[in-house]
Amino acid sequence: MPLSKEQVKHVARLARLKLSLKETEEYTRELTTILNYIDQLKSVNTEEVPAWNQSATMENVFREDEIRLSLPREKVLGNAANRDDEYFHVPRVIGR
Amino acid sequence: MDSYVPPYDATAVTRLIDAGAVIIGKTNMDEFAMGSSNETSYYGPVKNPFDHTLTPGGSSGGSAAAVAQKIVPIALGSETGGSVRQPAAFCGLFGLKPSYGSVSRYGLVAHASSTDQISPLASNVRDLALVYKTACGRDPNDSTSVAFDHPDYPGLLETNGKLRIGIQKECFAEGLDSEIDKVVRDAIKALEHDGHTCVDISLPSTEYAIACYYIITPAEASANLARFDGVRYGLRVGSDESLDDMYSKTRSVGFGREVKRRIMLGTYALSSGYYDAYYLKASKVRELIRREYEDAFSKVDLIVSPTTPTAAFRLGEKIDDPLAMYLSDIYTIPASLTGCPAISVPFSRMSDGRPVGVQFTASYFDELSLFQIAHILEHWI
Repeated sequence: MPLSKEQVKHVARLARLKLSLKETEEYTRELTTILNYIDQLKSVNTEEVPAWNQSATMENVFREDEIRLSLPREKVLGNAANRDDEYFHVPRVIGR
Repeated sequence: MDSYVPPYDATAVTRLIDAGAVIIGKTNMDEFAMGSSNETSYYGPVKNPFDHTLTPGGSSGGSAAAVAQKIVPIALGSETGGSVRQPAAFCGLFGLKPSYGSVSRYGLVAHASSTDQISPLASNVRDLALVYKTACGRDPNDSTSVAFDHPDYPGLLETNGKLRIGIQKECFAEGLDSEIDKVVRDAIKALEHDGHTCVDISLPSTEYAIACYYIITPAEASANLARFDGVRYGLRVGSDESLDDMYSKTRSVGFGREVKRRIMLGTYALSSGYYDAYYLKASKVRELIRREYEDAFSKVDLIVSPTTPTAAFRLGEKIDDPLAMYLSDIYTIPASLTGCPAISVPFSRMSDGRPVGVQFTASYFDELSLFQIAHILEHWI
């Protein structure tokens, strides 16, 4: 099933990506090719097969809810694009 | 991430340092580990040490090139679908993808959390076993890491035990280079000569492994890479506008083409109206593949196949054709989807000198059999 340019724009919006006109065209073409290949999954009979995505025999892992040392604040904030003293600084999110 | 300084070391790295290892540096790789040729790297591609017109493989091509060039004796890479085994094959090295959960992922930038594993590369089996033995084990900082009583792998490489080895017949079909076909069959002959039993087996659902993988892993990646939003990881673009604009501008400038492609593929597969048809369907096919492996390992100890369908390809050869690039991982992806451990052994070369890898896959947490079989073949190399 070919993907439309509108669908690609919608997905880009969901993923918080801005695409140029050229990128939109290229991704429409490439994603269509990839999804056409992926469509072969439809021919597999998976009735009665449960979904599985755990690569290990998993049990719940618990730990005591104790206060532990966290990472050094200066090291973590050192990677901030913009900081304000002890905080990450972001554009205003509350209406003026 | 260019200016990003990690505030802590990965558990695997800490364990190596504690054991006396000296860290030389970080190696080049495909951006966010998405690529099979190193060509999606922000810094430009690594070249294959054997021939600078060839790719070293990817995504951990820099780690492989550094070991192949003898800059370092061992290196760590990361595997999501073959990113260490394929570069090992292309550069003539041993590369191990450990069982899912055996090496802590704490400190590893998350690509696809249900398949990611830190994976070692080395030029001999003993070094490989030593790194793995040092790095593996339960870590409270990764709740998916497994408490397993690991044997002394480096001390147990010599064995007189005879193994049953399944020859995965689906791999010896159209698309496999005839010279690689011959190398794998030569390895099988060597093992039979050594007293091991090799039998044909079939894993029919592996035909769907790539289609399955390119839904599951982009879906996980699209969620994992949401954190790169211009706040905590260095780069920010457009900080005077709304939060949403800042997110979008930062991500559009910061991510490369392949990463954006996979984020969109994953976002699409998880989006309303398509989840059942893609993500849920792929998760069921994944279970089918897992069952076939489980069934196979009730009959054989190991499964042999080529690591890659071709030897190292040329830089530029596949970069404009994403699907062709994805198909180059056809033999490595099943072990990633199932969580089984697998090793690439540099058994021989093409007539033009390019290295060829032979892959063995074992049942969950049977890395010992992988090291032992690789060590047997090491005598024949």
